[in-house]
Amino acid sequence: MQDSRNKIRTFVRENFLFGGDDELHDGDSFLEMGIVDSTGVLELVAFLEDQWGLTIDDSELVPENLDSVDNLVGFLERKLPATVC
Amino acid sequence: MCGIVGILHHDDRPIEVALIRRMAAQIRHRGPDAAGAVVDGPVGLGHTRLSIIDLAGGRQPMAVPDGSLLVTFNGEIFNYLELRQRLIGLGHRFATRSDTEVILHAYEQWGDACVEHFNGQWAFAVWDRRNRRLFLSRDRLGIRSLYYIAGADRFLFASEVKALAADPQVTLALDGTGLGQVFTYWTTLAPRTVFQGVHELPPGHCLSVENGTVLSWQYWQPDYQPDVRLDEQRATEDLLALLSDAVKLRLRSDVPVGAYLSGGLDSSITAALIRELTTTPLETFSVAFDDADYDESRYQRMMVERLGTRHHEFRCNYEHISEVFPEVVFHAERPLLRTAPAPLYLLARQVRREGYKVVVTGEGADEMLGGYDLFKEAKVRRFWAAEPNSRLRGLLLKKLYPYMPNLQAQSPAYLQAFFHVGPQDLESPFFSHLPRWRLGGHLKRFLAEPYLEADRSSEPYDDCREILPPAFGGWSAFAQAQFLESAILLPGYILSSQGDRMATAHGIEGRFPFLDHRLAEFAARIPPRWKMKGLCEKHLLKQAAGRLVPEEILQRPKQPYRAPEAVAFFGTPQHPLHNAYADDMLSAAQIENYGVFQPEAVERLVSKVRSGRAIGAKDNMALVGILSTQILVDRLIRNFRPIEDDSAGSAVFGDTKILGSGEPSYGGGVGEPGDTIPFQTVTNSTTG
Repeated sequence: MQDSRNKIRTFVRENFLFGGDDELHDGDSFLEMGIVDSTGVLELVAFLEDQWGLTIDDSELVPENLDSVDNLVGFLERKLPATVC
Repeated sequence: MCGIVGILHHDDRPIEVALIRRMAAQIRHRGPDAAGAVVDGPVGLGHTRLSIIDLAGGRQPMAVPDGSLLVTFNGEIFNYLELRQRLIGLGHRFATRSDTEVILHAYEQWGDACVEHFNGQWAFAVWDRRNRRLFLSRDRLGIRSLYYIAGADRFLFASEVKALAADPQVTLALDGTGLGQVFTYWTTLAPRTVFQGVHELPPGHCLSVENGTVLSWQYWQPDYQPDVRLDEQRATEDLLALLSDAVKLRLRSDVPVGAYLSGGLDSSITAALIRELTTTPLETFSVAFDDADYDESRYQRMMVERLGTRHHEFRCNYEHISEVFPEVVFHAERPLLRTAPAPLYLLARQVRREGYKVVVTGEGADEMLGGYDLFKEAKVRRFWAAEPNSRLRGLLLKKLYPYMPNLQAQSPAYLQAFFHVGPQDLESPFFSHLPRWRLGGHLKRFLAEPYLEADRSSEPYDDCREILPPAFGGWSAFAQAQFLESAILLPGYILSSQGDRMATAHGIEGRFPFLDHRLAEFAARIPPRWKMKGLCEKHLLKQAAGRLVPEEILQRPKQPYRAPEAVAFFGTPQHPLHNAYADDMLSAAQIENYGVFQPEAVERLVSKVRSGRAIGAKDNMALVGILSTQILVDRLIRNFRPIEDDSAGSAVFGDTKILGSGEPSYGGGVGEPGDTIPFQTVTNSTTG
C-alpha cells in the first residue's frame, strides 16, 4: 500500500499543487486547502480508474473517499483485493 | 474614440513638444484620423483623433477663444446639443459644433461640477491657464481609460500606459500587489495598476494638479436603496423609456453607427431599439465560433432575420485566438485570465475594415439589471445556508450551470462541500464574490518570490474594503453583489479588457446604452425582487423589452460570453496545435528569465494542458494568466519599443506652439497579424 500512497502523493503534488511550495500532509483536506474543485474531483476519479482499473460509482464520489491522501488510500483499500495494493 | 496624453511640470520647466508627440504616437490606433499637440510653457497636451462628431471643426487640443482654457478629450458627451443650447443661453459663444467645445464652456461655466451635467463616456484634461491648474475627469462607469504618473517634479497622463512608457524617463516594472489583485479580482483595484507608480483614475472620479499637489475625488456613486414609490408596471415603463432614450442619444454621430449582436438578450434589445428609432439601414456584427460549445450564431441570425440588418459574421477558430493573443495583451495592458477579449479584438478589426468607426453594444445590462450567474449563485448559497442540511437546495446549483459538465457530474456531498457557506462567509461583505475570488487565488500558487511575498503581506480582500462606500452595509445582499460587480469587474475587466481596449486597438468606438448614468441610477433603485424573480435573471428588462426580441431569445438560458482557452494554444492530444510565441513565453528559460513565476510549476501545468488533462476553469485560467503576464512583461517591459514619431507640421497658439496635422503620419496601429480571416457579409433579403 505504501507504493499506492506514494503514487497518490505524487499525483496530487504534480496535478494540483504543481510542485509548488505548499506542504502536503496525508491527512490534509483537499477542499480545505482549496486545491480540488469540481474538475479536480473528476481528475481524481480518472486517475484512480486509470491507475488501478477501478470502476467508481457516482455514490462513491464523496469527500470521505476522496478528500485527502489518507481518504484515498483508505478508499483504495476497500475497493481493491489486498494483493493488488 | 480618441487618445489623450499630457505632461505638467511643477517647476515651470518648459515641455518639449517632441515628447508629447512621441507619447501620442503610441496611441495612434485610438485616433488614426488626425493628431495634435500643444505646449504652453510647463504644460503639454496631445491628442490623436477619431473623427466622429463635427468632422471639420473638432480638432484637438482645443482652446476657448481667449486661450484661457485648453482641453484634450477622449470620448463623447452625448447630450452636447442640449448643453450647447443651455450654455448659449448663458452667454457662451461657440466656434464649432463639436462636443469638445461644450466641455470647455461647461468648465468655464460650472468649474469642476461641469461633469455632473455630462451624459457620456469620457476621459479628458482641461488646462486652466489663468489658475495654472490641470483638471482631469473620467466618466462615471469607467468606459474610457485614464492613467497617470504623479512624480515629485511632474505629472504625466495618457489614455494608455504605453504612451507613458514612451517617455525615456519612465521605466515600467510589474507591481506585485497589482498582480496579486488581478489574480484575485480579475483586475486591479483602481487607482492601482499592475505597473509600479502608474495609477488609473477610478471611474466617477476627477483629479486636479495645482502647485504640485495632486488631489482626486469621487463625483458620482449610485444609491442602491430601493425606491419604495415604484410599482412594477411603472418601473417597467420607465426602464424602457430610459433605455430607448439612451439608445437615441448614442446614435448621435456624423458617421454611421453599427451594432454588435452577441445572440444574447442585451445586444438584441439595443439593436432592436436602433431599428425602431431610425429608418437608415443598420449593419450588425457578430462573433461566431467553430467550436460549437461557444457558438451563438443561431440566435444572432434569428435577430438578423427579425431586424433585416446587413449582417457581418466573424467566424473564429482556435488559431485566430492564439495568433492575436499577444496583440490583445499589448492593448489590454494587464494580465488576462480569459481569452474572451481576443475574438472581440478580431471583430473590431473587421468592423474597421467594413468602414465603421462606431458600434453600439449591450454591455452593462448584466451589472445594472441583475443578469449574472454570480448573483443567482449567491442567492442559492444563502438559501442553502439557511437550511444547511437540505440536499435538495444544493441541487439548485446544478440548474445554474447547465453549460458546466464537470459540475453536473458532482454528487450532492461534493456540491455541498464546494458551495458550503461557513458562518464567516455569511457575514462577509464579499459573500457573493468569495467563490470567484478564491478560484482566482489558485493562480498565486505559481508566483515566484518576491511576488508571492507581496501577496502574503496583506489580509485577503482588505484592499477591497477600502472601496466600499459608507452606505454599503445598509444595502441588500443583492445590491452589495451588484455594487461589487459594477465597481470592480465592469470597469476593470469587461469594459477595459473586452470593451474599450479591443475596440480602440482598431480605432473603433463602443457605445453602451445600458451604461447611461440615468439608467444606472434608476436600475440601482429597482427592488432586487424585480431584477431577479426567483432565479429568473433580468426579469424587469425581459418584461420591458419583451416585444423587441423573439420569444426564444427571451427565454433562452443565459450563456456567458466565453472563448476557447488553453485548447486555442495547445489543441488536444489528438489534434495538437503549436504556437511558437506562446511556447517560448511559457518555456522554462523565459519563465526563469522574467522571474514572475516558478518554472517547475509552470512546466507541470503546461504538461498537464498538453496531455489534455486540464479540463477545468482553474487550470485554464492559470495558463491564460501566466501566458498573458509573460507577454505583458515581454511587450511592455523587457522589449518595449516605442513607435517613433514622424509627424510634421506646426502652428502657433498664442505664445506657444501647436503641432497638428490633418493626415495621420504616425504610421497606423500596432501589429496586424494574419490577413486570412474568413469574413462573411450577409445581406438579409427577407425583410427591410
